[in-house]
Amino acid sequence: MNRAVQATTSNERWASITRAVVVSVITVAALWLGLQFLSQDTVLEGLPPNASKLVQALIAIVLGVAGIWALFYAGNTMLESFPAKVRDALRPYLFVLPAVAVVGLYLIYPTVGTIVTSVTDVPEGESFFYNYADAFTDPEVLLNLRNNTIWLLIAPAASVFIGLGFAALVDRIRLESLAKSFVFMPLAISFVGAAVIWQFVYAWKPPGQPQIGTLNAFWVGAGEILVGMGILTEIEPIPWLQVIPVNTLALIAIMVWLQVGFAMVVLSAAIKGVPTEMTEAARIDGASERQIFFKITIPSIRGALLVVYTTIAIAVLKVFDLIYVTTGGNLDTSVVAVRMYQEMFRFRNFGAATTMAVILLVAVIPIMIINIRSLRRQGIGA
Amino acid sequence: MSNRKWLALLLVLGLVLAACGGDGGESTTTEADAAPGTTEAAPDEGTTTTEGGDTGTTTAPADSTGYTELDQALAGEFEGTTVDVWAQWLPESVEEANFIATLAPFTEQTGIEVNFQATPDYETALQVAVDGGNAPDLAQIAQPGKMHQYADAGALVALDFFNSEKLEAEMVPAFYDLGHYNDTLYGIYYKSDVKSIVWYPVQAFADNGYEAPTTWDELVALSDQIVADGNGNPWCISIESQEADGWVATDWMEDILLRTAPEEIYNQWITHEIPFNHPEVLEAADYMSDIWFAEDYAYGGNTYINATWIGETQDPMFAEGGPQCWMQKQAAWIGGFWGENRDFIAENPEAPQSEWPNVPGEDVDFFYFPMIEEEFGTPVLGAADMFVMFEDRPEVRALLEWLATPEAAEGWIAAGGFLSPLNTVPAEWYTYPNDGLSEMVLNATTVGFDASDLMPAEVGVGSFWSGMVDWVAANGDGTEEVFQSIEDSWPG
Repeated sequence: MNRAVQATTSNERWASITRAVVVSVITVAALWLGLQFLSQDTVLEGLPPNASKLVQALIAIVLGVAGIWALFYAGNTMLESFPAKVRDALRPYLFVLPAVAVVGLYLIYPTVGTIVTSVTDVPEGESFFYNYADAFTDPEVLLNLRNNTIWLLIAPAASVFIGLGFAALVDRIRLESLAKSFVFMPLAISFVGAAVIWQFVYAWKPPGQPQIGTLNAFWVGAGEILVGMGILTEIEPIPWLQVIPVNTLALIAIMVWLQVGFAMVVLSAAIKGVPTEMTEAARIDGASERQIFFKITIPSIRGALLVVYTTIAIAVLKVFDLIYVTTGGNLDTSVVAVRMYQEMFRFRNFGAATTMAVILLVAVIPIMIINIRSLRRQGIGA
Repeated sequence: MSNRKWLALLLVLGLVLAACGGDGGESTTTEADAAPGTTEAAPDEGTTTTEGGDTGTTTAPADSTGYTELDQALAGEFEGTTVDVWAQWLPESVEEANFIATLAPFTEQTGIEVNFQATPDYETALQVAVDGGNAPDLAQIAQPGKMHQYADAGALVALDFFNSEKLEAEMVPAFYDLGHYNDTLYGIYYKSDVKSIVWYPVQAFADNGYEAPTTWDELVALSDQIVADGNGNPWCISIESQEADGWVATDWMEDILLRTAPEEIYNQWITHEIPFNHPEVLEAADYMSDIWFAEDYAYGGNTYINATWIGETQDPMFAEGGPQCWMQKQAAWIGGFWGENRDFIAENPEAPQSEWPNVPGEDVDFFYFPMIEEEFGTPVLGAADMFVMFEDRPEVRALLEWLATPEAAEGWIAAGGFLSPLNTVPAEWYTYPNDGLSEMVLNATTVGFDASDLMPAEVGVGSFWSGMVDWVAANGDGTEEVFQSIEDSWPG
């Protein structure tokens, strides 16, 4: 609306106030009625249940989109009735309000609720920290924490290492984008999808039967050649997901496979961002390619490395689907998130489940701070 | 410009009002539902029943079914209403098809539409729906423990309206009792399963002169015989079952414990009046170990047990050139997974069992998992599915009451793979293998309900399962440690 407009006569001012009130009342009433209607689980008359659901969904979408628009419109109309100074001071807050409200409702409220549940959902007469004391003395949970640590130590480092190596190696070849897209592709696959795919890779069949698992097919195939040459006496397929601790490493490999593409793309872009003047100057000074890579390229992309590392670390801490689908957390492969799911949905221990969630949250926060800070320094998320 | 904006706003308002109008229409139907109808069976009701004559007119209720709402429904009072039913029978499975077919006569006779939904990852899906206030009207539940949880949470409708005298007279007592919680009826058992059976390839047994064992010693002797004859491994065992790995092992434990300990021990084990690793339980574990971890007994050894999906356990039994493993302890549903049956059924879901590549009862037959100690007789380990009620409407009551009648079982019994907990179901309805199974239940000295289903979830679907997986991974070593860790995980 036109900021220059000044309500000079009281007539105009009254008109704008009336308008503001009418618009707000209609908007709020319409939204209220709409939400009332949607919150009732009714079947629309004369429609088959599925069509009725579809209509309800459509109404919800229209109501959502139009509702946001109407709220902004009503708020803005109301602002227009204020004096210019107040109006300009308030306007930014008006526009940021819905976002803050949504974040508060869907992020902050559940987080606070989770923390509260973790200290209040305790057996009668126990202290607030019962669930935490219980968690940190339970050998199962300690095992989960140990596994999370193993994941955290290996997966992000391996992803960054391989991603960086790949980005550096393909940097100046002709089919760079083709090569990169192959590495990048797994990123488009969901965790559950990846878990299913890799179950076939790790599949085990008894010795003597055709190995349908890719890895065992290679393993046994290569082994049989060696047996034929007399180097080995026998070769047995390996149940990759059953042998401790190979199973955890095998699961980490899936994560690395999924994340290498992300690491490679970001790091590749960062490498290309290293000023050529610097590398050329080094080359003229007689530096070897290796020296250039370690003394110029790496220090120059340190920020990107940190961002990639921490982003993957956060994903790794939250890992759930990969493990749940493949081993179900059996045979020492479980992590905190799997434990959380089991406590929540299988055992119905809300206290224990929320405690797991809080432990995860606390573990993620420092990594997140580093992540956001370095993002800002990069000027990406400022 | 500004005009157009007003118009848009009006449009939204109009939409909302229109939507509310639809809502108003709903309340009219509710009034119609509540309209008092004649509780006496209308004379024209007889014609409706005769129309559904193929569903066994001989046992069809003459005038009254003994259930109030069902009588009203049969009189057509709830015509046009809908009942939502959920169950864990997987989408596009034989079970789903059978259940839907079974429901058809109900809709035909009452005009009540049944909206059946089969959901993968069922237990979580149901829990989420209940928590979110979107529970279905009726839901199938396998674990009494779950029913107790829902009842404690106040989510279930207490079935006080049910004619429980009739139900008590018609249902196998063990199942009638299990439908109760805190002396209140919450669940109606609909379908039961006998797990205490062992399948074997008929022709190969005959060719080698093997006979189905009737005692534990014979069972062990036969196993040794198969190994000695160089016929591969006697047992097909595996426990990989997605997120439910290990339940096959818990079934074995329970079946053996029923045979080596008094019923009180079994029940006290469930309620934790004795520790999970009670000496009697460890003794049962030793019996199990004698089969599972004995040299050359289980096909592929302990790795096969942990790494093979339960639907493929018995594949070596159907290997070309004769069975590589000879015996499999599993409930009757496994027939659909034998050899080529799996692929055949996927392509021909309607085909009767007699057309399957491996015909149950001809190619493969079962024997009773033998008794161990004579004093404990011939117990049976079972599981069962009940229906619980989340929404109390007359048409929902009617369907639940109908599910407690033989008619609700008839279609599925005819299709196979169904054992009713009702003693009013005529024995001649059953075909193979349920004729034998139903007899097994009648001859059982004890019917033990699946213990892991009755234990707290932390153990029953948690540490008991994962403990068995660990035990198998260790090839039966460290039995005491495994059972001790399960005992330690018992909540409270």
